[in-house]
Amino acid sequence: MKYSYYPGCTLRTKAKNLDAYARVSANALGIDLEEIEDWQCCGGVYPLGSDEIATKLSSVRALHAAKEKGQSLVTMCSACHHVIKRVNDDMKNVEDIRTRANNYMELPEPYAGETEVLHFLEVLRDKIGFDELKKKVVNPLAGKKIGAYYGCLLLRPSKLLSFDDPENPTIIEDFIRALGAEPVIYPYRNECCGGYISLKEKEMSKNMCEKIMESAEGFGAGMLITACPLCLYNLNKSTGARLPVVYFTELLAEALGVKEEAEKEVQA
Amino acid sequence: MQRIGVFVCHCGSNIAGAVDVSKVAEMALMEPGVVHAEDYQYMCSEAGQAKIAAAILEKSLTGIVVCSCSPRMHEATFRKAAERAGLNPYMVEIANIREHCSWIHKDMEEATKKAVILMRAAVAKVNLNTPLQAGESRVTKRALVIGGGIAGIQTALDIADAGYEVDIVEKTPSIGGRMSQLDKTFPTLDCSACILTPKMVEAAAHDKIKIYTYSEVEKVSGFVGDFTVDIRKKARSVDMNKCTGCGVCQEKCPSKKAPSEFNRGLNTRSAIYTPFAQAIPNVPVIDREACIKFKTGKCGICSKVCQAGAIDYEQKDEIVTEKYGAIVVATGFDTIQLDKYDEYAYGQSKDVITSLELERVMNAAGPTHGHLERLSDGKAPKEIVFIQCVGSRCADDRGKPYCSKICCMYTAKHAMLIRDKYPDVNVTVFYIDVRTPGKNFDEFYRRAVEQYGVNYIKGQVGKVIPKPDGKLLVQGSDLLDNRQILKEADMVVLATAIEPNPDVRKIATMLTASIDTNNFLTEAHAKLRPVESPTAGIFLSGVCQGPKDIPETVAQAGAAAVKAIGLLAKDKLMTNPCTAQADVLLCNGCSTCENVCPYGAITYEDKEVNDHGIRETRRVAVVNNALCQGCGACTVACPSGAMDLQGFSNRQIIAEVDAICR
Repeated sequence: MKYSYYPGCTLRTKAKNLDAYARVSANALGIDLEEIEDWQCCGGVYPLGSDEIATKLSSVRALHAAKEKGQSLVTMCSACHHVIKRVNDDMKNVEDIRTRANNYMELPEPYAGETEVLHFLEVLRDKIGFDELKKKVVNPLAGKKIGAYYGCLLLRPSKLLSFDDPENPTIIEDFIRALGAEPVIYPYRNECCGGYISLKEKEMSKNMCEKIMESAEGFGAGMLITACPLCLYNLNKSTGARLPVVYFTELLAEALGVKEEAEKEVQA
Repeated sequence: MQRIGVFVCHCGSNIAGAVDVSKVAEMALMEPGVVHAEDYQYMCSEAGQAKIAAAILEKSLTGIVVCSCSPRMHEATFRKAAERAGLNPYMVEIANIREHCSWIHKDMEEATKKAVILMRAAVAKVNLNTPLQAGESRVTKRALVIGGGIAGIQTALDIADAGYEVDIVEKTPSIGGRMSQLDKTFPTLDCSACILTPKMVEAAAHDKIKIYTYSEVEKVSGFVGDFTVDIRKKARSVDMNKCTGCGVCQEKCPSKKAPSEFNRGLNTRSAIYTPFAQAIPNVPVIDREACIKFKTGKCGICSKVCQAGAIDYEQKDEIVTEKYGAIVVATGFDTIQLDKYDEYAYGQSKDVITSLELERVMNAAGPTHGHLERLSDGKAPKEIVFIQCVGSRCADDRGKPYCSKICCMYTAKHAMLIRDKYPDVNVTVFYIDVRTPGKNFDEFYRRAVEQYGVNYIKGQVGKVIPKPDGKLLVQGSDLLDNRQILKEADMVVLATAIEPNPDVRKIATMLTASIDTNNFLTEAHAKLRPVESPTAGIFLSGVCQGPKDIPETVAQAGAAAVKAIGLLAKDKLMTNPCTAQADVLLCNGCSTCENVCPYGAITYEDKEVNDHGIRETRRVAVVNNALCQGCGACTVACPSGAMDLQGFSNRQIIAEVDAICR
């Protein structure tokens, strides 16, 4: 199973472990993640300005690189996934953006949204299958009560991301079950952590994260998992780490018995 | 050669405001065959019709063209007027210069030009018209009502009281419908059962009414005045003639885990059951999916305890075929599914319920015996939040674009009843708009606010959050106060949108009655024929036509009954002579027309024909004039031009096209 892989900047700096755990786990599962060459920052935020294409071009380059190889493009970070998937939709459906981006890029063949964009969780669910994943678990995380924290970027806009039901998602809970742990369903799991507002209005983000933590704690979660470096940062920073918050890939590596291998890699 | 008169109507300023009507009349005189032309302010008025009659007599007209509104509006009026003056009614043609011209054009010169062209086309057609004679068909003096809720019951009672036989076909084991599930009714707060059950009893006891419960309409054929309907009487597993309704079987039935449909699944019922205590007929049915006897072959307790020997496990579905002159659809509604509204936590918390479920909770025969309590832990709530417009007035495809119309009033009713019975309970209502037009309706809503202290907040709710301690957090906005609200509640009630009963699609297809994008049945005319379907002989009663409350439903049910009675009172119906005819000499027997005919009016027969002296037997198309609706599909489909429509012959249509292109 070969995929083009877009890690994103944060996975090379603050969130090295999100990346490392993912890659060793992918190896263990027989998933070949081929990092695309010379990828650039996705921009971090999907640009809403419809008259500007410059901010969309790095995504188009990544998408085109995957197309050249005839592969789907796998993302790991919620924000990168959100940006690239939405830009891909623009390239497929918004004629004006498609024309102008292609005019600028002068690719050998115009890009029109052909690449399939998959978040790593979707690969686990739709390509491997959680039942199969369960079979490969060597170190079941029995007894752990884990809350999935989705945040907003993976789920919305729901029709476009078509990731899961935005109001009552189940994919990360199913993932937790596959690893042998017990998912804790709490109503704030799809609420926003504040995102970048934490840079400007710390109190607001703190307030939002407190509610998430309180709700998760109240329903009995012992820890939270997320796919987003910014969510992880906000939840840890503004609630004083009331509950441990880790990347979903860390649990995956642990359950597959390859966690140490990844840790060595991070330290190196 | 025809002698044609042209009459141009001003329609006040509706036509004359955009079309030079005297110019149209003047131009008409230059058309072949036209011997008379005039314009008048209102051709449809008595004076206008008199002008037409006078011209027919004085000028010995053989055909007329009226340039006026749509033929859907006044074709019948002018045909009658012509007939009174001795002209065959099918020698009348309408040139629609209102809807097709004056209403949609502003430039008078251009509009007049178009009106002249439309007039010319009609004149060209009349030149080729031939007098047609309407045939007759018989009327079966019995009506069918599909659906046994308040709409169906009222329609049936009104038809029966006029002396005609009526059959009600109801899908569930009892008549009564949604109204039987309601606790109290607005704006008078009288008990729903107290006003409905006498009507149910009256219908059951009426010697002109026959009720088929636990039955469904399976097949409909025929046409207005002469429908043939197959009704499937589903196997009840209980002999209706023997059962005394003692209820022992229901008490003794060991399988008690089937969700009660009547109580909206909030509690359970036995496998052999009547939906509710006042059910009519008071004869239970066995739910074969839930019955141990049917599932495992063992049990049979109901049969052992039945003193009357009424239990019959071998009973089979039975098809009854009946003839009807008129059919009334009264299939009602259900609340929408809430699976696309997970933000309200309906599926996640037992304390988030729909308003219809609240009716059952408030009802003495309901799952909590009428005590207002949380369904999760049975505790008495102190804070209740109502959310209106859940799925109504919805801009995206999750819900319905329309206003469900009844929710503002029943929410005010619920709020008031709760405040009245439990004064220490706080009630908050989130609303977009409060819509309470109707007699004594706005007064009712204001009483809820002013007298009962119900807290109305203008704003929508974004999320209902179940808390670890079992309470609910309602996150919404107050638009008047411009602030966010986070309110703790013990119960949340969703005023869920209503939609037509899902079965209506199937029924509409059987009846060839049209439905709109929301599955409501379409009226023949939104304003002037609101209780008739465009399909002749099909009438509409209740919510199947559009959202409405009980008084409106009862009024419409009566109106539908009157229309049905008007039909049943006739011994014969005039049939439309504009039907298709096959020219046997041109027909090559290919069956194309038979395949496109939506009414099953065309069959093929071996006929002896005389083709220029050659006598032979050929397979040719034959049209049943009683079934043919004159749609013309066959005339277009026929590859050899053998099919022609009387009154709309190919020659006439080509003449119209030629006149337009001239």
